[in-house]
Amino acid sequence: MTHTRTGNIDRESDPGFYMVVHYLLGNEAIAHGCLEAAVDVACGYPGTPSSEVIDTLRMDPDRACKVEWSVNEKVAFEEALAVSWCGLRALFTTKHVGLNVAADPLMTSAYTGTKGGFVILSADDPYAHSSQNEQDSRCYARFARIPCLDPSTLQEAHDMVRDAFALSEEFSLPVLFRPTTRICHSKSDVDMGDVVVSDRTASFEKDAGQYVVIPAHTRILHRKLNQKQPALQKRLVELGYNRYEIRGKTAVICGGVGASYVREVIGPDVSVATIGAYPIDEGWLREFISRHEKVMVIEELSPVIEEVARQVSGTIPVYGKMSGHVPYEGEMAPDRVAGYLNAAGFETSVTYQPAEKPAALPVRPPILCAGCAHRTAMYAMKKVFRDAIFPSDIGCYTLGIQLGTVDTTICMGASITIASGMSLAGETRDIVCTIGDSTFLHTGIQGLVNAVYNGANITVVILDNRITAMTGHQPNPTTGLTACGVATPAVPLDAICRASGATFVETVSPNDLTTFINVLKEAKARAGVKVIIARQPCVISEKRSKIVRGRYSVQQDACIGCKACIKFGCPAIELNGGLASITDLCSGCGVCVQICPVGAIGREVKE
Amino acid sequence: MSGWGHWQGGEGMSFDVMIVGIGGQGTILTSNILGKACVIEGIPVRGAETHGMAQRGGSVESQIRIGQEFGPLIAPGTADLLLSFDLMEAVRAAHWLKPEGQIYSSREFVVPTSVFMQDLPAPTEQMLLEMLGDRQITVIDSREIAEQAGNVLTQNIVMLGAASPMLPLQKESLQEAIRRTVPPKTIDLNLKAFDMGIEAGKL
Repeated sequence: MTHTRTGNIDRESDPGFYMVVHYLLGNEAIAHGCLEAAVDVACGYPGTPSSEVIDTLRMDPDRACKVEWSVNEKVAFEEALAVSWCGLRALFTTKHVGLNVAADPLMTSAYTGTKGGFVILSADDPYAHSSQNEQDSRCYARFARIPCLDPSTLQEAHDMVRDAFALSEEFSLPVLFRPTTRICHSKSDVDMGDVVVSDRTASFEKDAGQYVVIPAHTRILHRKLNQKQPALQKRLVELGYNRYEIRGKTAVICGGVGASYVREVIGPDVSVATIGAYPIDEGWLREFISRHEKVMVIEELSPVIEEVARQVSGTIPVYGKMSGHVPYEGEMAPDRVAGYLNAAGFETSVTYQPAEKPAALPVRPPILCAGCAHRTAMYAMKKVFRDAIFPSDIGCYTLGIQLGTVDTTICMGASITIASGMSLAGETRDIVCTIGDSTFLHTGIQGLVNAVYNGANITVVILDNRITAMTGHQPNPTTGLTACGVATPAVPLDAICRASGATFVETVSPNDLTTFINVLKEAKARAGVKVIIARQPCVISEKRSKIVRGRYSVQQDACIGCKACIKFGCPAIELNGGLASITDLCSGCGVCVQICPVGAIGREVKE
Repeated sequence: MSGWGHWQGGEGMSFDVMIVGIGGQGTILTSNILGKACVIEGIPVRGAETHGMAQRGGSVESQIRIGQEFGPLIAPGTADLLLSFDLMEAVRAAHWLKPEGQIYSSREFVVPTSVFMQDLPAPTEQMLLEMLGDRQITVIDSREIAEQAGNVLTQNIVMLGAASPMLPLQKESLQEAIRRTVPPKTIDLNLKAFDMGIEAGKL
């Protein structure tokens, strides 16, 4: 029997477990593709939409590979690179912006090259569903001069990542694999192969000319990298990643998930070229374009294909972003692609009517959970520091923008540095920044060391819920468990803060609202860098650990309708007929009891 | 269409379903059942979901395209069926349907916390139904039915059952997909909720 496994999916209970076709999430299909390639080690840092690849691998009970959630992307990248240098197959996963953090080793790893297959999975997020920008990872591949694979379907994503390790070994280069949100977080029937267990053993062969990039070596390595390019372009066409079908005098060139929308709407007499890999063979593309009277390029985000198309198109007109027919930002969809094609005079098989907009309804944005201690910490901050500036960071607590305690967010770790920068600028108001435990360990520590050493005047609130919650509850060094569930001593945040030079370091649970407010007041009264570690486990982690606290209820005849608890913003508290009531969303944190001025909230009494 | 049909579409054709609700109500589980039923019948299927922070109590949607071989996204104004676990979310998503598309919605709706915080008026069931105009909607008392089936958490399966006669999938495939998707101890409970949903959808 062939054993087709699918990571953390509930297959034991699934009679169809050993069927070859499964209905899978894109990231599950990608993880399985890596297992079919006998990946030896996977490292990464969680980030939407990439996280479920490593989550699938780490939860697999039959896992033969090693899996690590690292503290940040630079760390994960360098470890994966070292694994490759030891002759093993390595996977590094990140979201697009995490590749910025790993960009330093990325750029030079193209020079040193690789030994075991090394795949860099950088998941892009067109439309920024869950991201701070819409950067295009294909530009990094072009910048570093490494191959990039850009799947248009889940099946292709699965097959491409499986084969990417061998491609990496063939050219001794890292391969950048770039799925987008609509690949990672879409689902499809996927045809899968067998899991292969690696028989490789790690062995590093010393070679200073390759692995020590002193100037004398790196100049030679750079020339070698450039010499690899023509053969690489040809190979990507041979492998079928870049392909075309001639059907008429007009043509569309498309790539990524946009290609699947093109296939859905394109007219029968329009030629289609699909770009699944970069660098594009310019001679091949020139030949395709030359057989048409006009071409249009359909791709999400940067005009990577379009720029090459324009270089080789001669006098044949090219429509796309640079002609103003396709936006540079946002994601595509079948109706949008049909609209772009029609506007430029290209035939489609379907046209869409604009749909009437939904009626005016109250918005329902994501919100911090009932009982989340981030809300309580931010409520207290707002009480104590009324006119302060609140730099914040990236995590669930960014939702604190609804509470008025998130004034800046730019990238991971930039809360403490933006705060100390404002202090350096001479801003005279109080500056109180928030950062999560995982984000603090990611890139927050350096900012704290710098702020203390250089005499900043700020308050740092570390929202320590012991987990990387927003991306799906991945463990981090404050959790006390590795990615694969092995117990390990948790990193003491207070010791790190003291070692960074901070002298005011207090650890307190926001659920004890009175004490928490008193600590904030104490911090406000002092100069220098004050650190408050707001420690309370994530309510979702607590639920999963079967921690149950009794619910609270409002005694209706005692409620005076002052709305103090309503203004707290807990989703478990509603207003009915002018009086507060508590729904079954209540997780029993008890904070509203401390907020109610008339003692109307108490433990729920079972009837 | 009446009764459970077979999918008979051509290339690029699909029966498109929007499943909407609030993060935590089981939209992803429900879409998984539809996807697995397609695999059981050997029909190509594409789906798209909301993951990550957007799930924290916000509006969520799953798109399922039964018989689709190309992309996962449905164009607004073209969906065949809207399955909603919250009446307010049904109104929010109604424009995804083609004019003759069907809505199956839970009667309940949760008023967003921001409405209370900002002292805005909360809409009533009557107001929400009026906003749907002449759309074809079947409203299901999913909470009561799920409680009768044995667990309030089966509301999504009740709703799936109610809408299932509209789907180009066999009833047996959906039941098998439920068995393969829900926790083993809850299979009988969920199958009961599914059957009770079918009955409720007929009324």
